[in-house]
Amino acid sequence: MHYILEILPSLLSGAGLTLQVFLWTLVGSLPLGLILSLGLISNIKPLQWLINFYVWLMRGTPLLLQLIVVFYGFPLIGIVFPRYEAALFAFILNYAAYFAEIFRGGLQSIDNGQYESARVLRLSYAQTIRKIVIPQVVKIVLPSVGNEVINLIKDSSLVYVIGLGDLLRAGNVATARDVTLIPLLLVGVIYLVLTAVTTFVLGRVEKHYSYWK
Amino acid sequence: MLTLKNITKRFGDRTIIDQLDLTVKDGEVLSIVGPSGAGKTTLLRCITGLEKVDEGEFLIDGQPFDPYTNRTNESVIGVVFQNFQLFPHLTVLQNITLAPTMVLKESEADAQANAQKLLERLDLGDHGDQYPYQLSGGQQQRVAIARALAMKPNVLCYDEPTSALDPNLRQEVEKLILGLKADGMTQIVVSHDLTFAENIADDMLRVEPNQSK
Repeated sequence: MHYILEILPSLLSGAGLTLQVFLWTLVGSLPLGLILSLGLISNIKPLQWLINFYVWLMRGTPLLLQLIVVFYGFPLIGIVFPRYEAALFAFILNYAAYFAEIFRGGLQSIDNGQYESARVLRLSYAQTIRKIVIPQVVKIVLPSVGNEVINLIKDSSLVYVIGLGDLLRAGNVATARDVTLIPLLLVGVIYLVLTAVTTFVLGRVEKHYSYWK
Repeated sequence: MLTLKNITKRFGDRTIIDQLDLTVKDGEVLSIVGPSGAGKTTLLRCITGLEKVDEGEFLIDGQPFDPYTNRTNESVIGVVFQNFQLFPHLTVLQNITLAPTMVLKESEADAQANAQKLLERLDLGDHGDQYPYQLSGGQQQRVAIARALAMKPNVLCYDEPTSALDPNLRQEVEKLILGLKADGMTQIVVSHDLTFAENIADDMLRVEPNQSK
Protein backbone atom coordinates (compact mmCIF):
# COMPACT_ATOMS: atom_id res chain seq x y z
CA MET A 1 0.00 0.00 0.00
CA HIS A 2 2.79 2.34 0.95
CA TYR A 3 4.52 1.54 -2.35
CA ILE A 4 1.35 2.22 -4.34
CA LEU A 5 0.96 5.66 -2.78
CA GLU A 6 4.61 6.32 -3.55
CA ILE A 7 4.32 5.67 -7.29
CA LEU A 8 0.77 6.94 -7.73
CA PRO A 9 1.72 10.61 -8.32
CA SER A 10 3.97 9.73 -11.25
CA LEU A 11 1.34 7.41 -12.73
CA LEU A 12 -1.34 10.07 -12.38
CA SER A 13 0.85 12.64 -14.04
CA GLY A 14 1.33 10.14 -16.88
CA ALA A 15 -2.45 9.65 -16.98
CA GLY A 16 -2.75 13.43 -17.29
CA LEU A 17 -0.72 13.39 -20.48
CA THR A 18 -2.75 10.43 -21.77
CA LEU A 19 -5.93 12.41 -21.18
CA GLN A 20 -4.52 15.50 -22.89
CA VAL A 21 -3.59 13.54 -26.00
CA PHE A 22 -6.99 11.89 -25.87
CA LEU A 23 -9.02 15.10 -25.57
CA TRP A 24 -7.06 17.20 -28.07
CA THR A 25 -7.16 14.38 -30.60
CA LEU A 26 -10.94 14.26 -30.33
CA VAL A 27 -11.24 18.04 -30.53
CA GLY A 28 -9.16 18.03 -33.71
CA SER A 29 -10.18 14.83 -35.44
CA LEU A 30 -13.97 14.89 -35.05
CA PRO A 31 -14.51 18.18 -36.95
CA LEU A 32 -11.79 17.30 -39.45
CA GLY A 33 -13.37 13.90 -40.03
CA LEU A 34 -16.75 15.55 -40.60
CA ILE A 35 -15.33 17.96 -43.17
CA LEU A 36 -13.54 15.11 -44.94
CA SER A 37 -16.72 13.02 -45.00
CA LEU A 38 -18.61 15.87 -46.69
CA GLY A 39 -15.86 15.80 -49.32
CA LEU A 40 -16.30 12.04 -49.69
CA ILE A 41 -20.02 12.39 -50.50
CA SER A 42 -19.53 15.44 -52.74
CA ASN A 43 -19.71 15.14 -56.50
CA ILE A 44 -16.21 16.54 -56.98
CA LYS A 45 -14.26 13.54 -58.21
CA PRO A 46 -10.69 14.83 -57.70
CA LEU A 47 -11.59 15.77 -54.13
CA GLN A 48 -12.98 12.28 -53.54
CA TRP A 49 -9.83 10.67 -54.93
CA LEU A 50 -7.63 12.86 -52.76
CA ILE A 51 -9.55 12.09 -49.58
CA ASN A 52 -9.79 8.40 -50.43
CA PHE A 53 -6.01 8.32 -50.90
CA TYR A 54 -5.57 10.07 -47.56
CA VAL A 55 -7.90 7.62 -45.81
CA TRP A 56 -6.12 4.68 -47.42
CA LEU A 57 -2.74 6.00 -46.29
CA MET A 58 -3.86 6.67 -42.72
CA ARG A 59 -5.75 3.43 -42.23
CA GLY A 60 -3.28 1.40 -44.23
CA THR A 61 -0.20 2.04 -42.13
CA PRO A 62 0.36 1.54 -38.40
CA LEU A 63 -0.23 4.56 -36.21
CA LEU A 64 3.10 3.76 -34.55
CA LEU A 65 4.86 4.18 -37.89
CA GLN A 66 3.03 7.44 -38.54
CA LEU A 67 4.19 8.79 -35.17
CA ILE A 68 7.79 7.88 -35.98
CA VAL A 69 7.56 9.46 -39.44
CA VAL A 70 6.12 12.71 -38.10
CA PHE A 71 8.65 13.07 -35.31
CA TYR A 72 11.81 11.60 -36.81
CA GLY A 73 11.06 11.75 -40.55
CA PHE A 74 9.57 15.20 -41.06
CA PRO A 75 12.66 17.05 -39.77
CA LEU A 76 14.55 15.56 -42.74
CA ILE A 77 12.36 17.67 -45.03
CA GLY A 78 12.60 20.68 -42.74
CA ILE A 79 9.38 20.29 -40.74
CA VAL A 80 10.20 20.04 -37.05
CA PHE A 81 7.49 19.39 -34.47
CA PRO A 82 8.14 19.28 -30.73
CA ARG A 83 7.29 15.85 -29.27
CA TYR A 84 3.85 16.67 -27.92
CA GLU A 85 2.75 18.54 -31.06
CA ALA A 86 4.09 15.74 -33.25
CA ALA A 87 1.97 13.24 -31.32
CA LEU A 88 -1.18 15.35 -31.64
CA PHE A 89 -0.51 15.95 -35.34
CA ALA A 90 -0.20 12.24 -36.08
CA PHE A 91 -3.14 11.23 -33.88
CA ILE A 92 -5.50 13.85 -35.29
CA LEU A 93 -4.67 12.96 -38.91
CA ASN A 94 -5.01 9.25 -38.19
CA TYR A 95 -8.28 9.42 -36.28
CA ALA A 96 -9.82 11.91 -38.71
CA ALA A 97 -9.48 9.25 -41.41
CA TYR A 98 -11.43 6.72 -39.36
CA PHE A 99 -14.05 9.29 -38.39
CA ALA A 100 -14.38 10.42 -42.02
CA GLU A 101 -15.32 6.87 -43.03
CA ILE A 102 -17.76 6.50 -40.14
CA PHE A 103 -19.43 9.82 -40.94
CA ARG A 104 -19.56 8.97 -44.65
CA GLY A 105 -21.55 5.87 -43.82
CA GLY A 106 -23.86 7.91 -41.61
CA LEU A 107 -24.34 10.59 -44.23
CA GLN A 108 -25.16 8.02 -46.91
CA SER A 109 -27.80 6.42 -44.71
CA ILE A 110 -29.87 9.62 -44.70
CA ASP A 111 -32.80 9.22 -47.11
CA ASN A 112 -32.53 11.39 -50.20
CA GLY A 113 -36.12 12.42 -49.44
CA GLN A 114 -34.85 14.37 -46.44
CA TYR A 115 -32.68 16.50 -48.74
CA GLU A 116 -35.59 16.94 -51.18
CA SER A 117 -37.91 17.82 -48.35
CA ALA A 118 -35.46 20.50 -47.19
CA ARG A 119 -35.02 21.67 -50.76
CA VAL A 120 -38.72 22.28 -51.39
CA LEU A 121 -38.81 24.20 -48.10
CA ARG A 122 -36.00 26.21 -49.72
CA LEU A 123 -33.39 25.62 -47.05
CA SER A 124 -29.88 26.20 -48.36
CA TYR A 125 -27.39 23.31 -48.60
CA ALA A 126 -25.55 24.57 -45.52
CA GLN A 127 -28.80 24.89 -43.56
CA THR A 128 -29.86 21.41 -44.66
CA ILE A 129 -26.57 19.86 -43.55
CA ARG A 130 -26.53 21.71 -40.25
CA LYS A 131 -30.19 21.43 -39.21
CA ILE A 132 -31.42 18.26 -40.90
CA VAL A 133 -28.53 15.97 -41.78
CA ILE A 134 -25.94 16.31 -39.02
CA PRO A 135 -28.36 15.86 -36.09
CA GLN A 136 -29.55 12.61 -37.65
CA VAL A 137 -26.05 11.44 -38.56
CA VAL A 138 -24.80 12.05 -35.02
CA LYS A 139 -27.32 9.61 -33.63
CA ILE A 140 -26.56 7.00 -36.27
CA VAL A 141 -22.77 7.11 -35.88
CA LEU A 142 -22.58 7.36 -32.08
CA PRO A 143 -21.94 3.66 -31.41
CA SER A 144 -19.15 3.47 -34.02
CA VAL A 145 -17.61 6.74 -32.89
CA GLY A 146 -17.76 5.46 -29.32
CA ASN A 147 -15.75 2.43 -30.35
CA GLU A 148 -13.02 4.62 -31.81
CA VAL A 149 -13.04 6.87 -28.75
CA ILE A 150 -12.39 3.89 -26.48
CA ASN A 151 -9.66 2.73 -28.83
CA LEU A 152 -8.07 6.15 -28.69
CA ILE A 153 -7.59 6.01 -24.93
CA LYS A 154 -5.44 2.91 -25.34
CA ASP A 155 -3.80 3.96 -28.63
CA SER A 156 -2.51 7.08 -26.88
CA SER A 157 0.02 4.80 -25.16
CA LEU A 158 1.90 4.69 -28.48
CA VAL A 159 3.33 8.14 -27.78
CA TYR A 160 6.04 6.47 -25.70
CA VAL A 161 7.88 5.80 -28.95
CA ILE A 162 8.72 9.48 -29.37
CA GLY A 163 9.66 9.86 -25.72
CA LEU A 164 6.51 11.32 -24.19
CA GLY A 165 5.78 10.38 -20.59
CA ASP A 166 2.26 9.01 -20.72
CA LEU A 167 0.59 6.61 -18.31
CA LEU A 168 2.04 3.39 -19.72
CA ARG A 169 5.55 4.85 -19.86
CA ALA A 170 5.27 6.01 -16.24
CA GLY A 171 4.35 2.46 -15.28
CA ASN A 172 7.18 1.00 -17.34
CA VAL A 173 9.74 3.29 -15.73
CA ALA A 174 8.60 2.32 -12.24
CA THR A 175 8.57 -1.38 -13.11
CA ALA A 176 12.10 -1.28 -14.49
CA ARG A 177 13.40 0.74 -11.55
CA ASP A 178 11.78 -1.20 -8.72
CA VAL A 179 11.74 -4.65 -10.35
CA THR A 180 8.04 -5.27 -9.63
CA LEU A 181 4.93 -5.66 -11.79
CA ILE A 182 2.72 -3.68 -9.40
CA PRO A 183 3.08 -0.39 -11.35
CA LEU A 184 1.92 -2.08 -14.56
CA LEU A 185 -1.05 -3.64 -12.75
CA LEU A 186 -1.95 -0.17 -11.52
CA VAL A 187 -1.59 1.16 -15.04
CA GLY A 188 -4.10 -1.46 -16.19
CA VAL A 189 -6.52 -0.43 -13.44
CA ILE A 190 -6.21 3.24 -14.37
CA TYR A 191 -6.90 2.47 -18.05
CA LEU A 192 -9.94 0.46 -16.99
CA VAL A 193 -11.21 3.39 -14.93
CA LEU A 194 -10.70 5.76 -17.85
CA THR A 195 -12.55 3.49 -20.28
CA ALA A 196 -15.32 2.88 -17.73
CA VAL A 197 -15.88 6.62 -17.36
CA THR A 198 -15.82 7.07 -21.15
CA THR A 199 -18.24 4.20 -21.65
CA PHE A 200 -20.57 5.75 -19.09
CA VAL A 201 -20.43 9.16 -20.77
CA LEU A 202 -21.01 7.62 -24.21
CA GLY A 203 -23.99 5.73 -22.83
CA ARG A 204 -25.46 8.96 -21.50
CA VAL A 205 -24.95 10.69 -24.83
CA GLU A 206 -26.66 7.82 -26.66
CA LYS A 207 -29.50 7.97 -24.18
CA HIS A 208 -29.80 11.70 -24.73
CA TYR A 209 -30.41 11.06 -28.44
CA SER A 210 -33.02 8.38 -27.84
CA TYR A 211 -35.85 10.94 -27.68
CA TRP A 212 -36.56 10.34 -31.36
CA LYS A 213 -36.52 7.35 -33.67
CA MET B 1 -52.81 30.74 -61.57
CA LEU B 2 -50.11 28.28 -62.53
CA THR B 3 -49.43 27.80 -66.22
CA LEU B 4 -47.14 25.26 -67.86
CA LYS B 5 -46.18 25.91 -71.48
CA ASN B 6 -44.61 23.34 -73.72
CA ILE B 7 -42.98 21.43 -70.88
CA THR B 8 -40.71 18.62 -72.03
CA LYS B 9 -38.73 16.28 -69.80
CA ARG B 10 -36.39 13.58 -71.00
CA PHE B 11 -34.33 10.99 -69.18
CA GLY B 12 -31.57 10.09 -71.60
CA ASP B 13 -33.31 9.37 -74.90
CA ARG B 14 -36.66 8.60 -73.25
CA THR B 15 -39.14 11.45 -73.42
CA ILE B 16 -41.27 11.29 -70.27
CA ILE B 17 -43.23 14.50 -70.73
CA ASP B 18 -43.76 15.72 -74.27
CA GLN B 19 -44.67 19.36 -74.86
CA LEU B 20 -47.27 19.55 -72.13
CA ASP B 21 -49.51 22.60 -71.72
CA LEU B 22 -51.42 22.90 -68.48
CA THR B 23 -53.27 25.52 -66.47
CA VAL B 24 -54.26 25.31 -62.83
CA LYS B 25 -56.67 28.08 -61.81
CA ASP B 26 -56.47 29.72 -58.42
CA GLY B 27 -58.36 27.82 -55.75
CA GLU B 28 -58.91 24.78 -57.90
CA VAL B 29 -57.80 21.18 -57.45
CA LEU B 30 -56.13 19.48 -60.37
CA SER B 31 -55.78 15.70 -60.27
CA ILE B 32 -53.07 14.08 -62.32
CA VAL B 33 -53.94 10.45 -62.97
CA GLY B 34 -52.53 7.66 -65.03
CA PRO B 35 -50.92 4.23 -64.76
CA SER B 36 -47.55 3.61 -63.11
CA GLY B 37 -44.65 4.73 -65.21
CA ALA B 38 -46.70 7.30 -67.10
CA GLY B 39 -44.69 10.15 -65.67
CA LYS B 40 -47.15 11.55 -63.11
CA THR B 41 -44.58 11.84 -60.40
CA THR B 42 -41.95 13.13 -62.83
CA LEU B 43 -44.34 15.91 -63.83
CA LEU B 44 -44.93 16.76 -60.18
CA ARG B 45 -41.18 16.75 -59.54
CA CYS B 46 -40.72 19.21 -62.41
CA ILE B 47 -43.44 21.51 -61.05
CA THR B 48 -41.95 21.37 -57.55
CA GLY B 49 -38.45 22.08 -58.83
CA LEU B 50 -36.90 18.73 -57.94
CA GLU B 51 -36.21 17.97 -61.60
CA LYS B 52 -34.99 20.33 -64.29
CA VAL B 53 -37.19 20.47 -67.38
CA ASP B 54 -35.52 20.24 -70.78
CA GLU B 55 -37.88 22.64 -72.55
CA GLY B 56 -40.81 24.91 -71.82
CA GLU B 57 -41.68 27.48 -69.21
CA PHE B 58 -43.65 27.96 -66.03
CA LEU B 59 -45.75 31.03 -65.25
CA ILE B 60 -47.34 32.03 -61.96
CA ASP B 61 -50.01 34.71 -62.46
CA GLY B 62 -48.45 35.41 -65.84
CA GLN B 63 -44.96 35.89 -64.39
CA PRO B 64 -42.33 33.43 -65.61
CA PHE B 65 -40.46 31.52 -62.94
CA ASP B 66 -38.20 28.52 -62.82
CA PRO B 67 -39.11 26.16 -59.99
CA TYR B 68 -35.73 24.45 -60.29
CA THR B 69 -33.70 27.55 -59.45
CA ASN B 70 -36.36 29.60 -57.70
CA ARG B 71 -34.99 30.87 -54.40
CA THR B 72 -37.10 33.98 -53.97
CA ASN B 73 -39.74 34.16 -51.31
CA GLU B 74 -42.61 34.43 -53.77
CA SER B 75 -44.00 31.91 -56.20
CA VAL B 76 -43.74 29.07 -53.77
CA ILE B 77 -44.76 25.54 -54.57
CA GLY B 78 -45.40 23.43 -51.47
CA VAL B 79 -45.01 19.67 -51.49
CA VAL B 80 -46.48 16.82 -49.46
CA PHE B 81 -44.38 13.76 -50.21
CA GLN B 82 -45.73 10.26 -50.55
CA ASN B 83 -43.95 9.16 -47.38
CA PHE B 84 -44.17 12.66 -45.87
CA GLN B 85 -40.44 13.03 -45.17
CA LEU B 86 -40.91 14.72 -41.83
CA PHE B 87 -37.69 15.48 -39.99
CA PRO B 88 -37.59 12.70 -37.37
CA HIS B 89 -35.32 14.53 -34.91
CA LEU B 90 -37.58 17.58 -34.65
CA THR B 91 -40.90 17.95 -32.86
CA VAL B 92 -44.04 18.55 -34.87
CA LEU B 93 -43.84 22.25 -34.07
CA GLN B 94 -40.13 22.44 -34.96
CA ASN B 95 -40.81 20.63 -38.25
CA ILE B 96 -43.25 23.40 -39.15
CA THR B 97 -41.30 26.42 -37.88
CA LEU B 98 -37.85 25.46 -39.20
CA ALA B 99 -38.22 26.82 -42.74
CA PRO B 100 -40.29 29.92 -41.86
CA THR B 101 -37.65 31.02 -39.33
CA MET B 102 -34.60 30.09 -41.39
CA VAL B 103 -35.80 30.98 -44.89
CA LEU B 104 -38.56 33.56 -44.44
CA LYS B 105 -36.77 35.03 -41.39
CA GLU B 106 -39.95 35.04 -39.34
CA SER B 107 -39.43 35.56 -35.62
CA GLU B 108 -39.59 32.41 -33.51
CA ALA B 109 -42.75 33.70 -31.79
CA ASP B 110 -44.56 34.50 -35.05
CA ALA B 111 -43.60 31.18 -36.59
CA GLN B 112 -44.77 29.28 -33.50
CA ALA B 113 -48.08 31.11 -33.35
CA ASN B 114 -48.64 30.50 -37.05
CA ALA B 115 -47.69 26.83 -36.74
CA GLN B 116 -50.04 26.36 -33.79
CA LYS B 117 -52.87 27.89 -35.83
CA LEU B 118 -52.15 25.50 -38.70
CA LEU B 119 -52.04 22.54 -36.33
CA GLU B 120 -55.40 23.47 -34.85
CA ARG B 121 -56.84 23.92 -38.32
CA LEU B 122 -55.70 20.34 -39.04
CA ASP B 123 -56.94 18.89 -35.72
CA LEU B 124 -53.41 18.44 -34.38
CA GLY B 125 -53.49 21.21 -31.78
CA ASP B 126 -52.28 18.97 -28.93
CA HIS B 127 -49.50 17.25 -30.86
CA GLY B 128 -47.03 20.11 -31.28
CA ASP B 129 -44.49 18.72 -28.82
CA GLN B 130 -44.55 15.15 -30.11
CA TYR B 131 -42.04 13.59 -32.46
CA PRO B 132 -43.06 12.23 -35.86
CA TYR B 133 -42.58 8.58 -34.80
CA GLN B 134 -45.25 9.08 -32.14
CA LEU B 135 -47.90 9.97 -34.72
CA SER B 136 -50.10 7.81 -36.96
CA GLY B 137 -49.67 7.93 -40.72
CA GLY B 138 -52.64 10.21 -41.17
CA GLN B 139 -51.36 12.59 -38.50
CA GLN B 140 -47.91 12.61 -40.07
CA GLN B 141 -49.47 13.55 -43.38
CA ARG B 142 -51.29 16.46 -41.79
CA VAL B 143 -48.03 17.64 -40.21
CA ALA B 144 -46.45 17.49 -43.67
CA ILE B 145 -49.33 19.60 -44.99
CA ALA B 146 -48.95 22.10 -42.14
CA ARG B 147 -45.20 22.28 -42.79
CA ALA B 148 -45.80 23.05 -46.46
CA LEU B 149 -48.56 25.59 -45.69
CA ALA B 150 -46.32 27.43 -43.21
CA MET B 151 -44.25 28.58 -46.20
CA LYS B 152 -47.40 30.25 -47.60
CA PRO B 153 -47.29 28.49 -50.95
CA ASN B 154 -49.23 29.58 -54.03
CA VAL B 155 -49.77 25.97 -54.96
CA LEU B 156 -49.72 22.84 -52.80
CA CYS B 157 -48.74 19.55 -54.46
CA TYR B 158 -49.34 16.00 -53.21
CA ASP B 159 -47.61 12.89 -54.45
CA GLU B 160 -49.95 9.89 -54.03
CA PRO B 161 -51.52 11.19 -50.80
CA THR B 162 -53.53 8.00 -50.20
CA SER B 163 -50.93 5.35 -50.93
CA ALA B 164 -49.09 5.36 -47.60
CA LEU B 165 -52.32 5.37 -45.58
CA ASP B 166 -54.91 2.90 -44.46
CA PRO B 167 -57.56 2.54 -47.23
CA ASN B 168 -60.34 3.76 -44.97
CA LEU B 169 -58.47 7.03 -44.47
CA ARG B 170 -59.05 7.91 -48.10
CA GLN B 171 -62.19 9.87 -47.33
CA GLU B 172 -60.37 11.77 -44.61
CA VAL B 173 -57.82 12.90 -47.17
CA GLU B 174 -60.61 13.90 -49.55
CA LYS B 175 -62.20 16.01 -46.82
CA LEU B 176 -58.86 17.55 -45.98
CA ILE B 177 -58.10 18.55 -49.56
CA LEU B 178 -61.62 19.88 -50.15
CA GLY B 179 -61.38 21.77 -46.84
CA LEU B 180 -58.17 23.46 -47.96
CA LYS B 181 -59.81 24.20 -51.27
CA ALA B 182 -62.63 25.95 -49.40
CA ASP B 183 -59.89 28.06 -47.78
CA GLY B 184 -58.78 29.04 -51.28
CA MET B 185 -55.73 26.81 -51.67
CA THR B 186 -54.69 25.84 -55.18
CA GLN B 187 -53.76 22.15 -55.18
CA ILE B 188 -52.27 19.57 -57.51
CA VAL B 189 -52.75 15.92 -56.60
CA VAL B 190 -50.99 13.02 -58.24
CA SER B 191 -52.80 9.73 -57.73
CA HIS B 192 -53.32 6.38 -59.34
CA ASP B 193 -56.62 6.05 -57.47
CA LEU B 194 -59.19 7.20 -60.02
CA THR B 195 -62.22 7.42 -57.69
CA PHE B 196 -60.29 9.45 -55.17
CA ALA B 197 -58.94 11.74 -57.88
CA GLU B 198 -62.39 12.30 -59.36
CA ASN B 199 -63.92 13.06 -55.97
CA ILE B 200 -61.59 15.95 -55.29
CA ALA B 201 -60.85 17.31 -58.74
CA ASP B 202 -62.10 20.39 -60.54
CA ASP B 203 -59.96 19.36 -63.42
CA MET B 204 -58.21 16.12 -64.38
CA LEU B 205 -55.06 15.52 -66.34
CA ARG B 206 -54.67 12.00 -67.67
CA VAL B 207 -51.14 11.05 -68.54
CA GLU B 208 -50.37 7.99 -70.63
CA PRO B 209 -46.99 6.32 -70.96
CA ASN B 210 -45.23 8.03 -73.82
CA GLN B 211 -44.65 5.60 -76.66
CA SER B 212 -42.75 7.95 -78.96
CA LYS B 213 -39.00 7.72 -78.74
